[in-house]
Amino acid sequence: MIKTALSMQARSRLGRWLVSGPPVLYLLIFFAAPALIMVLASFRTPGDFGGLAPLLENGKLDLNLESYARFFTESVYAQIFVKSVWYALLTTLFCLLLAYPLAALIARSGKKHRDLLLLLVILPFWSNFLIRIYAWMIILGPNAALARTVNGVLGWFGHEPVPLLFSSFAVLVCLVYVHLPFMVLPLYANLEKHDRALLDAAQDLGAGAWQRFWRITFPLSLPGVYAGAALVFIPALGIFAIPDILGGPEDSLIGNVIKQQFLETRDWPFGSVLSIVLTIAALVLAGTAAWVGRRSLGTPSSAEPARA
Amino acid sequence: MRRRPVGLWAAALLGYAFLYVPLFIVVVYSFNDSRLNAEWVGFTFDWYDKLFHNQDMLLAAGNSLLIGLTASAVSTVLGTMAGLAMYRYRPRLLSILVLAPIAIPEILMGVSLLIFFVLLNLTLGLVSVALAHIAFCIGFVAIVVRSRLAGMDESLTEAARDCGASPLNAFRYVTLPLIMPGVIAGALMAFTLSIDDFVITFFTAGAGTVTLPLQIYSMIKIAVTPEVNAVSTLLMLLTLALIIVVSKLSPSLLGTEEENA
Repeated sequence: MIKTALSMQARSRLGRWLVSGPPVLYLLIFFAAPALIMVLASFRTPGDFGGLAPLLENGKLDLNLESYARFFTESVYAQIFVKSVWYALLTTLFCLLLAYPLAALIARSGKKHRDLLLLLVILPFWSNFLIRIYAWMIILGPNAALARTVNGVLGWFGHEPVPLLFSSFAVLVCLVYVHLPFMVLPLYANLEKHDRALLDAAQDLGAGAWQRFWRITFPLSLPGVYAGAALVFIPALGIFAIPDILGGPEDSLIGNVIKQQFLETRDWPFGSVLSIVLTIAALVLAGTAAWVGRRSLGTPSSAEPARA
Repeated sequence: MRRRPVGLWAAALLGYAFLYVPLFIVVVYSFNDSRLNAEWVGFTFDWYDKLFHNQDMLLAAGNSLLIGLTASAVSTVLGTMAGLAMYRYRPRLLSILVLAPIAIPEILMGVSLLIFFVLLNLTLGLVSVALAHIAFCIGFVAIVVRSRLAGMDESLTEAARDCGASPLNAFRYVTLPLIMPGVIAGALMAFTLSIDDFVITFFTAGAGTVTLPLQIYSMIKIAVTPEVNAVSTLLMLLTLALIIVVSKLSPSLLGTEEENA
């Protein structure tokens, strides 16, 4: 008896390894190892022809903090970093403003329409990323109706024509466009769980529509807001294709500098430093959002109204 | 009686318009008889005709297809194993490894794989792109499969085991058929993600290899041309078809499941 029980246990451990082993191994090699190598590369010296200088030269190990020092002394990089954080925050804010009505409408519509309305939000997310950027090249192009109308109106007021394309405006609009579904989904998931009885009770007690929203719905939806904010902020922070295609020269974000360091300047150590700073910033902000979200979930029932 | 929320409807309608008008414009101008994507001139199929005679584009499409099929096949096997392991054993290391590539900005995975491949002296090309795509697809397949397992009655597999089926047979004849819709949905999702990927491909493809998104990128960096609209329209149709199938196979993917990502 004991013997078979033991062998059963051993076999189940074997099964566990057989099942989880291959994916673990693959991801250790093609995800964890590259990430670790990048961390090491950030402490190295760039090679004469790009890449890395030899690890061992004249018996000296090539490990230093020069690339980190460069990030903290050359203020242009810190400025670009701050600008990237600012763009990502604005993107998050505008996504929230646009996503809230969408999520609220889906959450209160009947079961029959709900799945379709939700699918309609998700579908654009699955169309190619570049196509979604390209669409804005067309809409904001100098010969398109929008630019002509805007500049026509500006002309009336004696204002110089403004280019819509290759501007910060174009970059921001597209950033919001690309990330909007990430905000709608968690918000919907949260709003859908709300207890309508609370709103009815508030109405019976004489609360107006705005009051019901600000004192009941919004505080209760905060966990969804934080989750959505993290899902929008993290990818928005690292984006390079949108400023690359739609932005002007002064719209370069941290992603563009990283791309430049790896593909043009070929300064791997400095590119790695920028990537690591980006990762840390993303993780810290996402961690904060998760922590704040969990704290606001601290009440035993999510349907319990927050005390305003 | 509650009033009908007119303001809410209007705001949501604006949101949907914002999501769809840009894509609609891309499709409409792909049939426009004008080189400028600025105003409607007349209907034509010329841009599609041009597209099917564009050797660079056809080569890129072939590469994308090859990479997509390879990446989805391998990542479906590995992702199904990962989903199974995550559901049954809740291993910490695997969960982190599976979810981290989805959670971090894509560019980080792109540049770290670039360093990795170059240091390994692996020539950048189809192989490096496929290896990279597998790495980020595993997580998506694992999430779909795990959510399918969560909706399944695990006692069926236990019953098979009690009746004397080996673990492998219990998986093959009981678990696998039950989770099949999830596995197929995961495979299609992986294929879509691979076909559409730009950022990671951009860093791991090297100079000589072109996929559809890379081809589109180099075209729109030069100028706006309706040929791009045509290829975009076809690519959108393909993705649309795949995603509708996925959403039918795995309805739980809509909504709350995204929170796990």
